[in-house]
Amino acid sequence: MLNTGTIYGINGPVIYLKGNTGFRMSEMVYVGKEKLVGEVIALDKDLTTIQVYEETTGLRPGEEVVASGNAVSVVLAPGILNNIFDGIERPLEKIAESGGAFITRGVSVDSLDRTKKWQTHIVVSKGDYLHGGDIIAEVPETHAITHKCMVPPDLEGRVVDTAEDGEYNIDEVLVTLELSDGTLKKLTMTQHWPIRVARPTHHRFPASTPLITGQRIIDTMFPIAKGGTAAVPGGFGTGKTMTQHQIAKWSDADIIIYIGCGERGNEMTQVLEEFGQLTDPRTGNPLMDRTTLIANTSNMPVAAREASIYTGLTLAEYYRDMGYDVAIMADSTSRWAEALRELSGRLEEMPAEEGFPAYLASRLSAFYERAGMMHNLNGTDGSVTIIGAVSPQGGDFSEPVTQNTKRFVRCFWGLDKSLAYARHFPAIHWLTSYSEYLGDLAPWYQDHVSPKFVDYRNRLMALLNQESSLLEIVKLIGSDVLPDDQKLVLEISRVIRLGFLQQNAFHKDDTCVSMEKQFLMMDIILYLYKQSRALVTMGHPMSVLKSENIFDKIIAIKYDVPNDRLEMFAQYRRDIDAFYQRVLEKNA
Amino acid sequence: MSIEYLGLSSINGPLIALEGVQDAFFDEIVEFVVDGTERKIGRIVEIYEDRAVIQVFEGSENMSLKNTHTRLTGHPMEIALSPEMLGRTFNGIGQPIDDLGPITSTMKRDVNGLPLNPVMREYPRNYIHTGISAIDGLTTLIRGQKLPIFSGNGLPHDQLAAQIVKQASLGENSDEQFAIVFAAMGVKHDVADFFRRTFEESGVADHVAMFLNLANDPVVERLITPKVALTVAEYLAFEENMHILVILTDMTSFAEAMREVSSSKGEIPSRKGFPGYLYSELATIYERAGIVQGINGSVTQLPILTMPNDDITHPIPDLTGYITEGQIVLERELHGQSIYPPINILPSLSRLMKDGIGAGYTREDHQDLANQLFSAYAKVGDARNLASVIGEDELSPIDKKYLEFGKAFEEHYIGQGPNENRSMEETLNLGWELLGLLPKEELDRVDTKILDKYYRTA
Repeated sequence: MLNTGTIYGINGPVIYLKGNTGFRMSEMVYVGKEKLVGEVIALDKDLTTIQVYEETTGLRPGEEVVASGNAVSVVLAPGILNNIFDGIERPLEKIAESGGAFITRGVSVDSLDRTKKWQTHIVVSKGDYLHGGDIIAEVPETHAITHKCMVPPDLEGRVVDTAEDGEYNIDEVLVTLELSDGTLKKLTMTQHWPIRVARPTHHRFPASTPLITGQRIIDTMFPIAKGGTAAVPGGFGTGKTMTQHQIAKWSDADIIIYIGCGERGNEMTQVLEEFGQLTDPRTGNPLMDRTTLIANTSNMPVAAREASIYTGLTLAEYYRDMGYDVAIMADSTSRWAEALRELSGRLEEMPAEEGFPAYLASRLSAFYERAGMMHNLNGTDGSVTIIGAVSPQGGDFSEPVTQNTKRFVRCFWGLDKSLAYARHFPAIHWLTSYSEYLGDLAPWYQDHVSPKFVDYRNRLMALLNQESSLLEIVKLIGSDVLPDDQKLVLEISRVIRLGFLQQNAFHKDDTCVSMEKQFLMMDIILYLYKQSRALVTMGHPMSVLKSENIFDKIIAIKYDVPNDRLEMFAQYRRDIDAFYQRVLEKNA
Repeated sequence: MSIEYLGLSSINGPLIALEGVQDAFFDEIVEFVVDGTERKIGRIVEIYEDRAVIQVFEGSENMSLKNTHTRLTGHPMEIALSPEMLGRTFNGIGQPIDDLGPITSTMKRDVNGLPLNPVMREYPRNYIHTGISAIDGLTTLIRGQKLPIFSGNGLPHDQLAAQIVKQASLGENSDEQFAIVFAAMGVKHDVADFFRRTFEESGVADHVAMFLNLANDPVVERLITPKVALTVAEYLAFEENMHILVILTDMTSFAEAMREVSSSKGEIPSRKGFPGYLYSELATIYERAGIVQGINGSVTQLPILTMPNDDITHPIPDLTGYITEGQIVLERELHGQSIYPPINILPSLSRLMKDGIGAGYTREDHQDLANQLFSAYAKVGDARNLASVIGEDELSPIDKKYLEFGKAFEEHYIGQGPNENRSMEETLNLGWELLGLLPKEELDRVDTKILDKYYRTA
């Protein structure tokens, strides 16, 4: 018999029940006649507080609230990929089929399709002793991804019966286990897992492989490791969403979970449309085959917005347990923090900084700590990488969400308003951003790209830093009075900024660039710098060097050299040599 | 259903409490009769067992704890809908105030609306031609977009909105049905009058539904005005297949009203005293724009908000910018130089522009040209800063060229007459003409092929 209670008070998304209902913390409940989904958030001997994931218009005091017996959880089985869900894992396409263009309340749809038959290959046999997390069956979920059905983490026992290979839906029994106490447990493809609890793993690894995104400023300048955490803060219009889209499209993760938390409806539609058409450059399959979207647009109920982040995270951990590298795009964590603030205000909790609840920092840290490179229970290795967008109030990075996020992430890609105004994209500012993974990943770059890679990267950064201090002087006295070697630093930095850091997401070659090309581009820019500096040291004025169009030619490499014609770099090297000779001869 | 409650338990500003209510629900509309004559309506905003807290739309003047009869209506805030609403004028809660009688319709809709399912949305792609270069060329308005105008007190945002209405409505696609829903929240009488005159002069008055909550009208009413207007807009767009342009002015008054009511409810304030749900409330308004798959109509929003003290980081413009698909920012300095419309293009942005322009929509060079103009104009700012320190004479030749470009750009490209309607072709060509003031090597945002085709030295 499930516990029930009756509604006493209603205040927006928060409702109160009188008396001790026997509900448990974080338990999922159904509220009122329409069976709106809610979660228990506070218990008192006289009062139970519940947040409701749907609009509460129309609820009356006295209506019944029924407990579900389970914490708010997600259904884990094949069918998650190439799908779009709301904040509590309800498939939006199914909602549209049953309710039309607008999302009505109290919709009851299954999270995953329970009728679809999946081609299943059983990988265990009678007599095997299985532990939690062990793989029992493999299902080709999409062209790109094989779904591995696992024993729930808290079970272990001996296989007493298995089904044949064949087509099964997610509710049919595949394997029967005999537990240590002699009871039989029937396993299907489906698992349930509470969203606020991290799925267990064996142990955590240090980060050692970068998540390659094809974006130069990220891969070369501020790399993120697989299993790492990054924050992308920026005011509106600075390109947070664009950066997230680019990573979701081009990164070398196996699975992408894109959480649109308080996003614009049109943007989610765009992701759906675009990802459906694009193909993954590594596998040639549609991008949606490795993608799941969680869409909680800004006008959907606030409590579901708070939950959407955890829903996405739990799905990600599930795929990590199969041995995949999963990347989560959370856009934006500020909307989630604001949902916390809004609910906290409704609960009349004592506000801390800027009205945010005092537990903001601990919630943020708990969220980012669920990322990591893990050795799973079943012996595979997988990772969850979290890339969280932050929308600071007024674009001011000193506000609580940005500051607290900075404490828990190791990679910070600060978007800059003035770069965005000048339409320099990605507007990640090279002076405010940092990556703590650089040292951890240096061995990988040495082995897989070039031993010189890290050195080159540091030399580019040094030039950009010099440029920044020179620009301070230029602001005061103009650039004409600078000595030629400093003018050269400015010119080379311009080449780095326009030709390397700036990247055009709408250009077919420039939108995603291999590590090899990134390295060759750095190489050629530094070669140009070396030759020009030799000329300047010999006394050739910058005006002569600039009269040759070699600098602009190097800038245009990003467009002019297709990604599959890297041998063209040799020609650029010869061009620089020719330029060197010409200047020497002209001024001999 | 029709139990009447006599008397009230407490009155505090626009909020009243009523005890002993039975079977009331959250968000229900109640009707009051004060002294047996005056009728008011209110909305239940909080409810604890038999005690309901009710927000009175018309304000609680004349109400006492004894003289009021209250009746529950049994439904949330609803509005009767009909195509006849075009050409009519209503108050802030959707009651006709133009002496033409009530709207006869059996169809009623909850004004709170429902979120549009992202899988049923159609991604907006068709641009709306406004005839204003700074908008058409650099922050193109797309049908189904929400593009607010960030302005300040004393800046010509009303003229700009009026010009957009005039020029956008007279497009060549006259076979498609076009209409305007205008919602005024806490605006001055003069402003409402200005819009009414503009609609009449441009001959669109019979295609406009006006919802007026003026500056001296009750504050609580203001909270419902945009929702009423948008319910009508959604009905006309998605059921009558019309293209609707919604003008909401002034969103700042709407947010201020929310703060006022929230503080009288005794809620915990967050930023600058605004309630924690400011973002969610604004989102439920702004997100009601777009196109639904398989339906011909569209809702495009043009909200206007005045930034308090011209501060774009104030919570109202800040949160708005995070929800809307870009913004058009007006600037006092340009206005001071008598440049109309005083649009500061650098912080202005249209997020949907990239997919609605270019070959097949406007012209192949549009995106590159816009990027180059933005980038060049950003450099103008640097050159001006430098000039203010070392003097214009000391600038390098290239910086001087930028100054020249900046001046011409502001005067001829951004600046235009309040009745001047430029074609897209004119706007694009003008852009290239101005870029001709700069040497070709400076144009680093344009694809080489496009540059060769369009660039001409001035």
